[in-house]
Amino acid sequence: MAKVVYTIENDISTDVIYPGRFMATVLPSETPAFAFADDATFNGMLKAKQVPPGSVLVAGENFGCGSSREQAVSTLKGHELLIIARSVARIFMQNAVNLGLNLVVAPGFEAAQGDEVEVRGEEVVNVTTGKKFPIEKLPRARQAIVDAGGLIAYTRKRMAEQASAPAGRG
Amino acid sequence: MGMTVVEKILARASGQTSVKAGDVLEPRVDLAMSHENAALVINQFLEIYKETGKDARVWDPSRVAIVFDHRVPAESAKTATNQKKVREFVARHMISKFHDIRGDRGGICHQVLPESGYVLPGAVVVGTDSHTTSHGALGAFAFGIGATEMASVWTLGFAVNVEVPATIKVEVTGEFAPMVGPKDLILHLIGTISAQGANFRAIEFHGETIRRMPTSGRLVICNMSVEAGATAGIVPADDETLRYLREEAGVANPPAPVQPDPDATYVQVVKIDVSTLTPQIACPHTVDNVKPIAEVVGTKVHQIVIGSCTNGRLDDIAAAAGILRGKKVSENTRMLVFPASSRVYQRALDAGYITDLVKAGAVVMNPGCGPCLGVHEGALGDGETALSTTNRNFKGRMGNPTGAVYLCSPAVAAASAVEGVITDPRKGA
Repeated sequence: MAKVVYTIENDISTDVIYPGRFMATVLPSETPAFAFADDATFNGMLKAKQVPPGSVLVAGENFGCGSSREQAVSTLKGHELLIIARSVARIFMQNAVNLGLNLVVAPGFEAAQGDEVEVRGEEVVNVTTGKKFPIEKLPRARQAIVDAGGLIAYTRKRMAEQASAPAGRG
Repeated sequence: MGMTVVEKILARASGQTSVKAGDVLEPRVDLAMSHENAALVINQFLEIYKETGKDARVWDPSRVAIVFDHRVPAESAKTATNQKKVREFVARHMISKFHDIRGDRGGICHQVLPESGYVLPGAVVVGTDSHTTSHGALGAFAFGIGATEMASVWTLGFAVNVEVPATIKVEVTGEFAPMVGPKDLILHLIGTISAQGANFRAIEFHGETIRRMPTSGRLVICNMSVEAGATAGIVPADDETLRYLREEAGVANPPAPVQPDPDATYVQVVKIDVSTLTPQIACPHTVDNVKPIAEVVGTKVHQIVIGSCTNGRLDDIAAAAGILRGKKVSENTRMLVFPASSRVYQRALDAGYITDLVKAGAVVMNPGCGPCLGVHEGALGDGETALSTTNRNFKGRMGNPTGAVYLCSPAVAAASAVEGVITDPRKGA
C-alpha cells in the first residue's frame, strides 16, 4: 500500500514537471532537484524529504503533454514516485517506459491527498474509498522494453541479436 | 485494404506490403535529428555501449542531424560546455549534417532541416524534439522521441517500438479572409479537438485550402499538430512539395510523393471551412483554450514575440513588416523578432523587412528558439503578459510561472505591437 502525497489537474505539461530553464541539466543524478520547480508546495515537499520512495503522485488526463524532454521523466524517477494518471501524452509515456518510471495509467482514477492506494494485478485500488479502477495495458512492444529493464538494456539485447544474425546459425 | 499515408510510409520502411493502425513495427530511420539535447543522447548512447566491449559507433553518420538552436549563443557555462561536448562528438563520428552557431547556416532545427533538403517525402524522420511533427509538411512521417530512444536509433538504425497510429483526416476548404491564415486554422483545430484529441494518432491534412497552401504554411499546421497530442501531422506531398524541394531546398530529383489510398481507413474525419474563420488566440495556460480574437481584444500585452519553429519564416516576417512599416511599436510594450534560420534572416534583410521592423522599434535577435521555451532570453517579469507567434502557452513557458502567454498569428502580433494591447489586424481593413 502507498500513500497519495499530491494530486494535480489535467494537462500538466513537461514545462510544469521540469521547467525549460533547467534543461541544460541533463544527468538523471542531477535532475531530481528541479522536479515541479515552480510548484512551491510540491517542490518544497520533495526538497524537505517529506516524500518517501514509493509515494504516489496522482495526475489527471494528458499528463506530460508538451516537449520530449526526458528530464521530465528522470526527475520523477529520481524521487522513486509511483505516478497514477488518468491518461498520458504519447512522448511522455514512451520516455517513461524507456527509463523505467513507475507509471500506471488508470482512466477515471480518483484519489485525494492522503488516500492509501494499491496496485493489484490489472487494477488499482483506492483502499481509502474502496473504489477499483482498471489499469490500461501497455502495448506489447512497450512491454518488451519494460521486461528487459528499460530501453538501454533492450537496445543492448537487440544489438547482440544483430551481431549474431549474419553468422547465419539458423 | 487501403492505407493512409503514414501506413504506407511505415510499411515501406519496415519492408512490409501492408500494415494497419495498431501494428507494431521497427521502421528504418532516414533522418535522426537532435539539438542541444544531443548532449543527453550522447550520454545514453555511450551507456548502451558500456560493458559491451564494442566501440560506440553511430549506425550511419550521414543520417544524423544536429542543430544548435535552443540556447544560441550559450547563455551559461553549462550550456556552452554541453555544446562543446556535442561538437567534439560530431567531429569524432563524422556527422556532416551539423549546424553550429553560425550566421550563414544556423537556425532552428525545424527550419534548417527542410530548407537544407534533408527531409524528403515518404521518409521516416525522428527528432528529440516534440515539434519534429513539422516535417510532415513535406510528406514525411516525422515524430518526436526522447533522448534514450534517440540513442537506441543511433545504435540500431531503426526505431524499436513504433505502433502504427490511427489517422484523423482533416479536410480544409474555403479561402482565408485577409489577415487570417494557417496559424488561425491550426489553433482552431486544436481548440476543436482538444489538447489530447489526437494523442497517439496521426493527422492527415487534405482539401483545396491545403493544396493551395505553400510549404511554409504547411509547416505551421504540422508543427502544431503535436499540441493536439498527435504523433505526427502530415500533408501528403504534391506539386507544391516538389516545387519547394527543387527551388528552396536544392533537391534536384525529389522522390515521388506518397498518396493515401482512396479507401484508407480513418478513425475520425474533421471538416473545416476557413472562409468564415477569424483570427484565433490560444489563451493561458493551455493551447486548446482557443478563442476568436473578438473575445480578448484590448488585453494589455507587455511583450510581443514573433518567431519560433512555428512562425519565424520569411512570410511571417514579411506579414509583420507589412503592418509595422512606417509605424511604431507602442511605448507600453516591447517587441522581439527572431527569424527561424540564418537563411530566413538574410532574405528578410535583403527584402528590407528587418529595416522596417527595427525602425518601428522591434528588437531583432539572432535565429534560434529565443524566448519560446524560457531558457535563454526574453523572459517575462512577474505577472507580465506576452502575445507570441510561438506554439506553447503552458504555465512557466516563457521563463516565469506568474507570466501569461497568448498565442497568435504574426499579423495579430504585429498589429498588437502598435497598440500595446491585443488588436484585430483586420481593424480598418
